[in-house]
Amino acid sequence: MTKRDWQSLTLSAVLLAVAACLPLTGDAYMLSIGITIAMYAVLATSWALFSGPTHYISLATAAFFGLGTYTTAIGIENGMNYWLTLPIAAILGAVLAALVGFATLRLSGVYFVIFTLGLAELVRQVVTWGQNVSGQKGLYVLTDITEVHIYWQLVALAGIVYLTGWAIGRSRLGFALRIIGDDEEVARHSGINTSRAKILLFMVSGATAAVVGSMLAPRYIYIEPALAFSPMLSFLVVIMALLGGTGRLWGPLVGVIPFTLLFETISASFPNQTTLLLGLSFLVIVYLLPRGFVGLIESGKRRLRDREAFA
Amino acid sequence: MKRRELFGLAAALSVATALAGPVAAQDVLKIGAVGPKTGPLAGGGAVTFWPNVQLWAHDVNEAGGIDVGGTKMMVEIIEYDDQTNPGETIKAVQRLATQDEADFILAPYGTGLNIASAPIFERYGYPMITHTAISDQIEDLSGKFPNMFFLLGGATGLSGGVVEVLTQMREAGEIGSRVAMVNVADAFGIELAEAARPQFEAAGFEIVYDSSYPLGTQDLSPVVNGARDANPDAFVAWSYPPDTFGLTEQAQIAGLAPKAFYTAVATSFPSYGGRFGAAAEGVLGAGGVFADGDAFKDYAARHEAVTGAKPDFWASAAVYASFQILQQAIEGAGTTDRAAVSEYLANNAFDTIVGPITWDENNSNAQYWTVGQWQDGVFKGVASTGREGAVPAQPKTGWE
Repeated sequence: MTKRDWQSLTLSAVLLAVAACLPLTGDAYMLSIGITIAMYAVLATSWALFSGPTHYISLATAAFFGLGTYTTAIGIENGMNYWLTLPIAAILGAVLAALVGFATLRLSGVYFVIFTLGLAELVRQVVTWGQNVSGQKGLYVLTDITEVHIYWQLVALAGIVYLTGWAIGRSRLGFALRIIGDDEEVARHSGINTSRAKILLFMVSGATAAVVGSMLAPRYIYIEPALAFSPMLSFLVVIMALLGGTGRLWGPLVGVIPFTLLFETISASFPNQTTLLLGLSFLVIVYLLPRGFVGLIESGKRRLRDREAFA
Repeated sequence: MKRRELFGLAAALSVATALAGPVAAQDVLKIGAVGPKTGPLAGGGAVTFWPNVQLWAHDVNEAGGIDVGGTKMMVEIIEYDDQTNPGETIKAVQRLATQDEADFILAPYGTGLNIASAPIFERYGYPMITHTAISDQIEDLSGKFPNMFFLLGGATGLSGGVVEVLTQMREAGEIGSRVAMVNVADAFGIELAEAARPQFEAAGFEIVYDSSYPLGTQDLSPVVNGARDANPDAFVAWSYPPDTFGLTEQAQIAGLAPKAFYTAVATSFPSYGGRFGAAAEGVLGAGGVFADGDAFKDYAARHEAVTGAKPDFWASAAVYASFQILQQAIEGAGTTDRAAVSEYLANNAFDTIVGPITWDENNSNAQYWTVGQWQDGVFKGVASTGREGAVPAQPKTGWE
């Protein structure tokens, strides 16, 4: 590892530690926004881990998220320890991602997008069917876990995701994925097992989203399919990740924070026009920042460098 | 230049925020209201929840405000859209409690959203009088959240009411024992069907057709044809708003015309009577009110005058009654101290537009309407667990 690597690792650790101190301010409102930011940061970053290099747009986040929510809900209903349900959710998420991966990652472009959108709906229908057969309504997750615990869990998970993403970026797998993203044909001719690489990364992404779902189940308390598998979640994750930019590991985060704050401002100030204004601001974002905040920051840096060079 | 545009947008946004901010005043009671204006529950919220918020605020302020220990306080409503998303409901209630410093918060709309936000109500000591939460776990919930109250009843009571009405009709010789039952394969429909099966059996009914259909399906002809071919005396559908309309439509097309025809949620909506007109006559549905009582008639007239829309014949009145209870508890306690108001709430009976309300040991209202029927263009309550004013159910005479 180079000195630069150590520097960025230390910096990330410090930033995470600072983020973890948020509950110490004692402001519950900040905390509830913090949870939203942490949740979307983890989801968008893990989404970008897969979709960034491969350019496969996945709308399956809600499927994995809901799977995790239900894993925890059913586990707790049957007397399982909460902490045990997290790794189980991760495994189930990874297995589902692997199955989907085998079936669909040979598809590309719009076919893959449509399939992943359908996947969330498919899983939701299966859960509903299960409820219809068993005659059970929504599930109740009554625990002693508070918002502070949920926040810390999410921040810890964010740390794991960043570490994983950083490790993948430096590995042969990360290199292979970048080649796939540039040209899949070339990658295959260079002897890269493209399906295996894509499936592995899709599994990481799916497992993470499932764990996030698990962690949020105690916050929602009452779990039913329409709430757990909301398609809106999948779209928001994609929008936030693209707003930030998927080219850098920290890209989605710089999209999530302003987007969550904007969303909060709009829903607090204009409760009757939330959706309309959200749509308008999304248009503005797309027109003004086609490459996301990462693109903006990097072109700013370049301009600064050029100016220095001329001076 | 692009940056300047962004700054302009931000500036415009902050000015607008400042303008939209509430005006603080001493003798104003800030009341928070969180409910769906968008998302899957927006339709129900627009009929049942939001007009009542508007009407209640209007009624209170028209009368000079809420009497808090001798001071009349006007109410100011702060509304948030939760987009039918529990995460947003939690955030909005949190925002009301800590940013807007609301004095009281009205319970949200719908079972899931109420339960999701219950811990926040609990943490800040807000009394929570739920009007649209139907749960089979009221005991657990009220144990965990002692400030949570339940007004609308439970699933077992709703299905029990249907069995009771059909039993009475059978005893009167109007129908036989053959019941065709269908349910929407979603939360509430599943639970009601599950609760109804043993109840029908115990009452000596024979379920000759039992099927379910997916939520949001467009084609209801298979279940309606299946039910018709079973030649039932009574048709019972544990349905949701879109399919309540769809099933009624399809039954007319397929010629399914039993003496007892029941569809669940939304049968009590004024739009149901409006759409089917004379054909709706005799249709049984979930809920009901004492429609001939002066309290309801007066409420319905004010509802239409103030909001421009008619209330439904079930939950609308319960929503308004829950606001009345909150108001009476504040006046009774004579303070805006939330602990004192919660204390008063738990230990007193209340007089509302749906009649007197008392709480059982789980802070739940044990006397609620279960079945209503369209009679002479009005959806009247025909069965309840102890409410006054039920009228006898009449056999349905075809769709003409």
